[in-house]
Amino acid sequence: MTVANISVSETPLVLYTLRRADDALILGHRLSEWCGHAPMLEEDMALANMGLDLLGQARELYAYAARVEGKGNDEDKLAYLRDARQYRNLLLLEQPNGDFARTMVRQFLYSTFADLYWRAMMRSGDATLAAIAARSEKESAYHVRHASEWIVRLGDGTEESHRRAQSAIDELWAFTGEMFAADDSERGLIEVGVAVDPAGLRAPWLKAVSEVAREATLDLPGNDWMQQGGRDGRHSEHLGHLLSEMQSVPRSFPGAAW
Amino acid sequence: MYTQALNTPDREDRCVEDAARAAQFQARIDAEERIEPNDWMPSAYRKTLTRQISQHAHSEIVGMLPEGNWITRAPSLRRKAALLAKVQDECGHGLYLYAAAETLGASREELVDLMLAGKAKYSSIFNYPTLSWADIGTIGWLVDGAAIMNQIPLCRCSYGPYARAMIRVCKEESFHQRQGFEIMLTLCRGTEAQKAMAQDALDRWWWPVLMMFGPPDKLSQHSDASTRWKIKRFSNDELRQKFVDATVPQAQFLGLTIPDPGMKQNEAGNWVYSAIDWEEFNQVIAGNGPCNRDRLAARRKAHDEGAWVREAAQAYAEKRRQRTALQAAE
Amino acid sequence: MPTPNTPLWEVFIRSRNGLAHKHVGSLHATDATLALQAARDIYTRRGEGLSIWVVPSNAITASDPAEKGMMFEPAESKIYRHPTFYEVPDEVGHM
Repeated sequence: MTVANISVSETPLVLYTLRRADDALILGHRLSEWCGHAPMLEEDMALANMGLDLLGQARELYAYAARVEGKGNDEDKLAYLRDARQYRNLLLLEQPNGDFARTMVRQFLYSTFADLYWRAMMRSGDATLAAIAARSEKESAYHVRHASEWIVRLGDGTEESHRRAQSAIDELWAFTGEMFAADDSERGLIEVGVAVDPAGLRAPWLKAVSEVAREATLDLPGNDWMQQGGRDGRHSEHLGHLLSEMQSVPRSFPGAAW
Repeated sequence: MYTQALNTPDREDRCVEDAARAAQFQARIDAEERIEPNDWMPSAYRKTLTRQISQHAHSEIVGMLPEGNWITRAPSLRRKAALLAKVQDECGHGLYLYAAAETLGASREELVDLMLAGKAKYSSIFNYPTLSWADIGTIGWLVDGAAIMNQIPLCRCSYGPYARAMIRVCKEESFHQRQGFEIMLTLCRGTEAQKAMAQDALDRWWWPVLMMFGPPDKLSQHSDASTRWKIKRFSNDELRQKFVDATVPQAQFLGLTIPDPGMKQNEAGNWVYSAIDWEEFNQVIAGNGPCNRDRLAARRKAHDEGAWVREAAQAYAEKRRQRTALQAAE
Repeated sequence: MPTPNTPLWEVFIRSRNGLAHKHVGSLHATDATLALQAARDIYTRRGEGLSIWVVPSNAITASDPAEKGMMFEPAESKIYRHPTFYEVPDEVGHM
């Protein structure tokens, strides 16, 4: 093992799996930052549970990506020895936790998508991805439930909570478009039935998100100008800091096992 | 644990503590009966338990911070998941324990407010910093090891809700010490730098861990009544000795040196340790440890920044009640 | 300013179908939905449950231990309610 970046042969299936693994790891990592600092003990437990679900998904996906790649990489090399330009996660998921409203809005927007996505992926022609999807769907279904209940309470709670929830939606909205985009590398997998076309998930996602927002008396922004780049390794400035913290130990001790 | 329903308001006649009742109570304790929340109990018993259980709860919650400090830096995904699950368990343990304390009539909120105001104590050990990954191994191995020594006898404590909470806690904690030891073992079988990291962590944590068992028996204030009430079943020094005897062979297995050159085994096989610096312990308890201020500041920040969330949930519940009442009236 | 109290809930869990719900602990939540979610997140992390009940703690009416004599002791003398009170010869076999 070395502290330098590994290189990954990003064939379409490796890249595709890696993107989903990075999504799960980065969001799981963000949720783990709450541990010990949540607004109430009950919520500390819940955030850690969701973080653990996502870490579990990440590990399965990394293991599969490494196996498909077949170059001797493993989950830890993929997680700890790639830099920000090599990470493929959605920009939404690396956004800082901010206040509880921001964390819950991020969770709500993403898990509503993830649940639709994993449900569709249960029919993937790739048996491993289909099996991961079946497990992940149950987890994301609960994340949707949990986040939605909070969105309603924050939106329809006090003036302050409404203001915070609304500003979180306004600030994060521009990161949602990326969830429904697919590039040429993914299009090939969609054609052969390994991947699902995320564009088809946008309508049901918008419907689900709108219903909860309406109940929460929150408005969805009208501006549909969307940020892109996470899937190609062009990230916000936040990811580099997250990774330098996360990777600091393995990067400091060449050749060590933990 | 049926707190609020049973303990408030306390009926006047329950507060009359006559000698006959106290004797009856002691007889129940002596017969190894469990005391339950709405049973009559001497107010000193209630007070001692409320203090002990809430301090125990505060320790679990404050104890999340030193280990939580490394969740985002855990060096492998397996370690990261285990550490997050472990620190989450501590949150759960704090929660169970607050609930047990609440059966005595206090609310979690007032207990937490006391802690945030610096008026309640928590375990001295969590006022030390976690400086390297090996500290996470050491905390699991030694701090949780010491905690288990303390907690197993509490599963038989005379107060039912506390004993039940401790049974649940001990069941869940059984993985904590093992994960800590496994981290240490991996480090000790690793590179020279890793082994040095492990030794350095042991050097820093050893004495504070011995202090966790509390002052020596000859100076301990609460022990007599607690022993009579079967809240406490072993003395501080007994538990400390038991811990040292269990730990020395584990350190030898790891190839680590316990930072007590004067330590030796007596004829009975017990490891006799050198004098503990009780002045350091007293200073840490008094708020002057390396991290006391940081720990309280972190808990206050979480509490203060969470206030609007708790208010929102409360306001929403209130709105829902009013809407339901309106619908019912229509 | 003291922190306002959040309502307390009692949690009951059925660990397997066929068993009754059993009291496992308490939690704080502002409403029933959050209480149920919290119960799931706190008390079923190790696969302990298949069904959860949450009940507001103040909805429970409990017997008074001071009335233990009146409430429970009269039942102790009714030994004829138990099968061992009756003699059946061994030859008759299990009954």
